[in-house]
Amino acid sequence: MAIEVRIPTILRTYTDGAKAVEGSAATIGELFADLDVRHPGIAARLLDAGELRRFVNVYLNDEDVRFLDGISTALSDGDSVTILPAVAGGSK
Amino acid sequence: MKYDSPLEAVGNTPLVRLPRLSAAIPGNGDGRVALWAKLEDRNPTGSIKDRPALHMIERAEAAGRLTPGCTILEPTSGNTGISLAMAAKLKGYRMVCVMPENTSEERRELLRMWGAEIIASPAAGGSNTAVRIAKEIAAEHPDWVMLYQYGNPDNAGAHYATTGPEILADLPGITHFVAGLGTTGTLMGVGRFLREKVPGVQIVAAEPRYDDLVYGLRNLDEGFVPELYDAEVLTTRFSVGSADAVRRTRELLSEEGIFAGVSTGAILHAAIGAARKAAAAGERADVAFVVADGGWKYLSTGIYTAETTEAAVEALQGQLWA
Repeated sequence: MAIEVRIPTILRTYTDGAKAVEGSAATIGELFADLDVRHPGIAARLLDAGELRRFVNVYLNDEDVRFLDGISTALSDGDSVTILPAVAGGSK
Repeated sequence: MKYDSPLEAVGNTPLVRLPRLSAAIPGNGDGRVALWAKLEDRNPTGSIKDRPALHMIERAEAAGRLTPGCTILEPTSGNTGISLAMAAKLKGYRMVCVMPENTSEERRELLRMWGAEIIASPAAGGSNTAVRIAKEIAAEHPDWVMLYQYGNPDNAGAHYATTGPEILADLPGITHFVAGLGTTGTLMGVGRFLREKVPGVQIVAAEPRYDDLVYGLRNLDEGFVPELYDAEVLTTRFSVGSADAVRRTRELLSEEGIFAGVSTGAILHAAIGAARKAAAAGERADVAFVVADGGWKYLSTGIYTAETTEAAVEALQGQLWA
């Protein structure tokens, strides 16, 4: 199952500068474990004691996984996962 | 409608159905799904921020925190600062804004027009850095009053007291409310109000996703979540990138004649997503979303007249558009 994972600038040191990498997994948690095999250390930047770190946001096809099933959220072939640092909003 | 002063004309904005964009929702042939726009650009300074700005000032005055001659300090990427600056000018306060340097020239000009002083914060850090710098300045000037929209319950309180009740009065059958996620004040205030009154209502957040130029080397360990934010109020949260935000902003203009700012395009994108989901499930839906401001402050980006959406997105690179 091919999943596209978009990597924020701050984590591209783990992906040799790549903006997006491919992973293969059935859930978000497994996806991070899969990424960590090829990009050692990246999972620890995203997870703390098996949970998403507070200031890390992860989106499955643009929807925040915290409102789906968190790191247990199921993935399907062709899904797109975006990792972003939390930001203060703009003017809104 | 008649009011005794300009400041009293805040709120009571129109809620309009969008016939063309609603009809374009796949599977909506019978029209059971409708999109409704709450035109917050009709407020005195042209954005939804007039509501929380005025409410925060009046509550601070009532509490004795804000007294004649005071200086108001606020981290803002634009609209809140503009709203506070107008109210401050009419009420006789000095206004100081901390604003990221990569915001549009129109916003700076509007702030200066209302007499506000601007302290620029580095573009690289975006709003997070503006918040941090404002907190440092506040510590150096204990006599200045930072209303602090990210953590002031009166920000959400303004929407609980006005925006929410207005929408429910106009649209008793509301099924979804969609707004932008910044300070989270609109979503928290309207969301709480509607959840109390409308069982099963869905509260959907549209969060702006900028390009890499804006995020830069933001540290994952020093992120920022506004103190007002309570995830329990939301049903779900969508991240909307610049391309979708620009495309929807242009559609809103070409299909419905509504000239809105770019963040409204992001909100509309999430609203259309919710509407499509309802239509696909064969459900009835009245989806209300916020038109946060008009397009005036973004005219210089050229996105409204660019030949293609791609060219318009290119024009917006590196700018904070929400």
